[in-house]
Amino acid sequence: MAAMFGGLAIVLAGAALTALAIGSVRLAAADIIAVLLGSGEPFTRTIIIDVRLPRVLLAVLIGVALGSSGAAYQALFRNPLADPFVVGASSGAAAGAAVVIVTGWAVSASGFGPASLGAFIGALLAVGLVYAIAAAGQMPPVSLLLVGTVVSTVLGAAVWLLMALADQHLHRIVGWLLGGLAGHGWDTVDAAWLPMLTGTAVLCLLGRPLDALSEGEDAARALGLWVGGAMAFVLAAASLAVATAVAAGGVIGFVGLAAPHLARPLVGVAHARLVPASGLIGGLLLLGADALARSIAAPLELPIGVVTALLGGPFFLIVLRRSWATWRAG
Amino acid sequence: MVLASNNLTCGYRQPVLTDVSLTVRSGELFVILGPNGSGKTTLLRTLARLLRPLGGTVALDGKDVWSCSPSQVAAAVAFTSQVLAPGWPFTVREFVALGRAPHRGWWRPLGAYDRRAIAAAMDQLGLCGIQDRPVTELSGGEWQRVRLARALTQEARVLLLDEPTSHLDPRYQFELLSLVRGLTRVRHLAVVMTLHDVNLVGAWADRVALLGQGDVHCEGTPDAVLTGPALTAAYSVPLAVAPHPVTGAAVVSLVPAVVDRVEERR
Repeated sequence: MAAMFGGLAIVLAGAALTALAIGSVRLAAADIIAVLLGSGEPFTRTIIIDVRLPRVLLAVLIGVALGSSGAAYQALFRNPLADPFVVGASSGAAAGAAVVIVTGWAVSASGFGPASLGAFIGALLAVGLVYAIAAAGQMPPVSLLLVGTVVSTVLGAAVWLLMALADQHLHRIVGWLLGGLAGHGWDTVDAAWLPMLTGTAVLCLLGRPLDALSEGEDAARALGLWVGGAMAFVLAAASLAVATAVAAGGVIGFVGLAAPHLARPLVGVAHARLVPASGLIGGLLLLGADALARSIAAPLELPIGVVTALLGGPFFLIVLRRSWATWRAG
Repeated sequence: MVLASNNLTCGYRQPVLTDVSLTVRSGELFVILGPNGSGKTTLLRTLARLLRPLGGTVALDGKDVWSCSPSQVAAAVAFTSQVLAPGWPFTVREFVALGRAPHRGWWRPLGAYDRRAIAAAMDQLGLCGIQDRPVTELSGGEWQRVRLARALTQEARVLLLDEPTSHLDPRYQFELLSLVRGLTRVRHLAVVMTLHDVNLVGAWADRVALLGQGDVHCEGTPDAVLTGPALTAAYSVPLAVAPHPVTGAAVVSLVPAVVDRVEERR
C-alpha cells in the first residue's frame, strides 16, 4: 500500500514537471530541473518561477481539495454520485461569495478574505440543506441529483439576481464564477494553500469515522461514533477545501466525482487510504485537464471547466447508470 | 439484570409504544414479536440508544444509557439493523474490524488484542476463508454472518438484532438462529431480537414480548405468550395455535376461512 502511494506521488511529480514544460515556450527537462534547483537562465527562471509554477501548484492544490472532498461527500451521502458540484458546495460557495461582494464587505481585490469566508459559509449551508433533504430520508441515490440540481439552480439564479441588482460589482462576481487558472500568480497560491490543505488533512484524519458514516447514521452511532460532531467536522473540512478551491479556480465539475472512483480499485474503500489517494488522483486529473485546456486550441486557452466537463460528463453517466442498476437490483 | 426499560414511551414525534417495562438478563434470548407497524424496530432502536425515549428510561446494568457516552454504550451493546444491501465494497475483514471502534477509539491503529478479537469472531462464524472478499459480493446468508461477526468483535454483552432472519431461506434461518442461541449460552450474552415470523419464536426464544395496539400486550415464556386468544388480539385476525409435531413448540396458523365457515354453520 505504501508502494501504491509512493507510485501515485511519483506520477504526480512527473506530471507536474511535464506541465512546467508545456506552454508557448517549450522548455527542456534539464532547464526546468536547473531552475527548480536554483540556477538556470534569468529568462527561463521568470517563465517557470513566476508564471508556470504557481499555476501548476494551484492546479494540484485545487485537484487535491476537490478529489479528497469528493471522497468524503460520497461517504457522507452514501452515494457514488456525490461530488462537490452535485451536493451544492460549489454553487453555495459562489452564492456566498456573491452576497459578500454585493453587500460591500469584501475589501480585498484578489477574491480572498471576506469573500472566501462568504464562500465557506455558503458552501456549508448549501450542503447542509441538500443533506437534510436528500440523505436523511429514505430516498433512492438518484434523487440526490434532483435535490442538488434544484439547489444549485436556485443558487445560480440568486447570483444572477444579485448581479442584476448590483451591477457595479458585476465584473468581480463574474470573475468568481468563471474562475479558471489563467492569470493567477503566487498571491493566489499563498492565500489558498493553507485552507485547502487544512481541509484535506482533516478529512484524511477522519478516515475511520468516514468508514462508519458511509454505512448511515444509525450504524455509525451503534459503533459509538458521535455522529453530529463527526458530520460537522467532515462538512466543515470539505466545505473549507471546496470553497477555497472555488475561490481560486472557479466552479470546476467532475474532478471530485471521478477521483474517488479511480482511487477505489487502487487502494480499496477504507477512507483512511481512499481520501488521500483521491486527493492525489484529483491533483493529477486537474493537472492533466489544465495541460489540455492550454494546449488543445493553443494559443487560445479553453476554460478548464470545459475540459473537465467534456471528459467527466461521460464518466458521470457511466457511474449514474451503474448505480441505478445496483439500486434496482438491491 | 443487564438491559432494562422502565415505563418507556418510545416513538418519533408521536408515541408508538407506551409503558414498556422489560428486563433482559444475561444468557437469555428475548424476542420482540408483533404485527407490522406495532413498534418493534422503534423499541429496539430506543433500547440501542439510537432513539431518545419520549418518556421513561433505558438502563444498562442499572445506569441510564443517556447518561453514558455513545462509545460507552457501544462497548457493551451491539445493534444490527434490518438487512440492507451493503453500500460500499469494504472487504469482510475491514467491515468486521470496525466493530473494534468503541474500544479502540477512532484514531489509534488496531493492536494485538484487537486483531485477536477480530480473528476469533471471524473464526467462530466461519468467515476466515472469505475475509478478503468485498461485502457487496456475498450471499444473503454470508452477509448476515458478517454483520453478526462485527457485533461479536464489538465484544458487547448485549446484542440487539432487528429481523436477523428476514430474506433468509429456512436453512440459513436455522443456521443463524442456532448460532445466536449458541452464543447466548456460551458467551452468556443478553440477546434481544425482533422477528415477524411467529413460528420461529416457539422453538428458539427464552422469553417473548408480544406488542400490539400501542403497548406490550403480554410478556413471558413462549408457551405462556403464544396462545390463540393473545395472538388473535394482538394481530386482529383469528389465529390458532397447535403443538409442533416434532418439537412440541407452538405453531401458529391463520384460520380466517375456517373460522368463518364454522360460524356460518352455527
